[in-house]
This record gives sequence, structure tokens and C-alpha cells, in this order.
Amino acid sequence: MSGTAARVDARLPIRSDRDLVWLRQHVRQAAALLGFSLVEQTKLVTAASELARNTLVHGGGGELRVEQVTEGAAQGLRLTFSDQGPGIADLEQALRDGFTSGEGLGMGLGGARRLVHAFSIDSTPGVGTVVTVTSWAARPPRPREGRS
Amino acid sequence: MSDGFLSAGTGAVPVLKLGDVLLVTLPGDLHDGLAEQLQQDIGEAIVRHRVGGVVIDISGVEIVDSFLGRVLAEIAAGARLLAARTVVAGMRPAVALTLVELGLTLPGLRTALSAGAAVELLGGPDVVRPADRRRGDG
Repeated sequence: MSGTAARVDARLPIRSDRDLVWLRQHVRQAAALLGFSLVEQTKLVTAASELARNTLVHGGGGELRVEQVTEGAAQGLRLTFSDQGPGIADLEQALRDGFTSGEGLGMGLGGARRLVHAFSIDSTPGVGTVVTVTSWAARPPRPREGRS
Repeated sequence: MSDGFLSAGTGAVPVLKLGDVLLVTLPGDLHDGLAEQLQQDIGEAIVRHRVGGVVIDISGVEIVDSFLGRVLAEIAAGARLLAARTVVAGMRPAVALTLVELGLTLPGLRTALSAGAAVELLGGPDVVRPADRRRGDG
């Protein structure tokens, strides 16, 4: 899969709202390449857009690392957003719906978390924030109770 | 004022006047600055051309995140204060699903399945619209 990885793996700057446009396009193309369905692509790109805007608006800019991940036969995409901004003092509050300290509707972090399969956040006041999300292309049919 | 293109301002997002309705067709991916510019342009166009309705065609839009959702809601709220009604038309099913999971159901926003249906909803003129021709449901 090294050929695919070459087109998927990337480090993208998050410095302006135009960077968000390139970033969304890259994530969509990468997800399509890995076999994500249209709905899965849309959810992941939307989550990426929310998180990248957080990096830009609250973190003062940063970067996105895109990596292809494999687990057995499953293909996934891991997105890591990092900034050296002021950090988040109260993570629980930041993840709650309706909480906002800037533009938008307060759906950024909590909403993005619902759109991906795995979500983790590491933030240190004064040092910066790293948000990592992973989603997988649909695996073969399985019982519906899988994820909530 | 006759019907036609009005978007001399930004040039990037076409705004059409069709009788009593402004038809705005959003591109597949627009950056935040353009979305905010559009918000201004629509408000000014409503007043200048004295239209009673705004149709925002998002059939080409691949994702609506909380920022664009807020812009759409604010366009509708601003238009209402200027005595115009707004209908968002042509949302893709994947976008609708994603918005619900995001928790962004935009309760104040009126929607229609196509730009044509939106114009009908607003009681506008029955004319052929480019967006409908592309979607093949004119």
C-alpha cells in the first residue's frame, strides 16, 4: 500500500481559512482512496474542518498530520491536529455541546468527536493542544450494535 | 430592475435575481472569508433590489460545518429583519446526516429539495433555473 500512503500521508499547514479549503480537499481525497463511503467521507471531512478551525482560531494556527492506518484488512485514516497555542484549561467544558469561546455554534470539539470512530485530546495550558482522530472505512457487514 | 446576475461584488459566488427572489448558488468549497462576504452581499442585494425571498442552493456543497451552518442561519435571520424569507435548497443527504450527528439541526432554517421547489415555496416566478437543469429535475 506504499503507493496509497504516498498520496494519503501528509503534513498540512493550518494558517489561514484558505488552508482549511486545501485541508478539506486532501482529507476527502485520502478518505475516498481508502474506500470510505460518501457518508463516511462527509463525516470525516466535517470533523476535520471543525478541528482545523479550532487549531486556527483558538490555537493561533498549527498543522495537520494525515496518516494511513491499517488494522487487519481495515483501512483507516488518522488525523492529528497540533498547535502551540494557549491550550485548554477545562477539557470537559470544551467538549460539552453549546460551549464556545469563539466563532461558530459551540459544536466544534464535542460535535467533531461524534463524527469519528476514535478521538483523543491532549492539552497543556501555555504549551498547546494536540487532537487525534481516527476513522475506518466500512468493514464487511457486521451486527448493528457495533458503535453507538 | 430586470432579472440577471448581480454578483459584481465578489465575483466568486453568483447571485441571480429572478423576479422577487435572489438565487445564490454556493460553490463546492468556499473559504470562511468568502462566506462572510456573501452574508453582506445578500443583505445589501435584498435592500437594493427589494426582493421578498432568498434561495441559497447548496446542492454543490460537499460539507456544512458549524461555521457555514452559522453563516446560513445568520443570512436567514438577517434577511427576515429585511422582510425577506430564506430557503436553503438541495442539501445532500450525506450533509444532512452529518449535521444531525454534529448536533446542528438549524431549526430556524427553511429547506427545500431543489432550487425550483424553493422558489415555488416562496411563491416566486415559474422560470427555468440553471441549478435545476443541472440536477435534471426541472
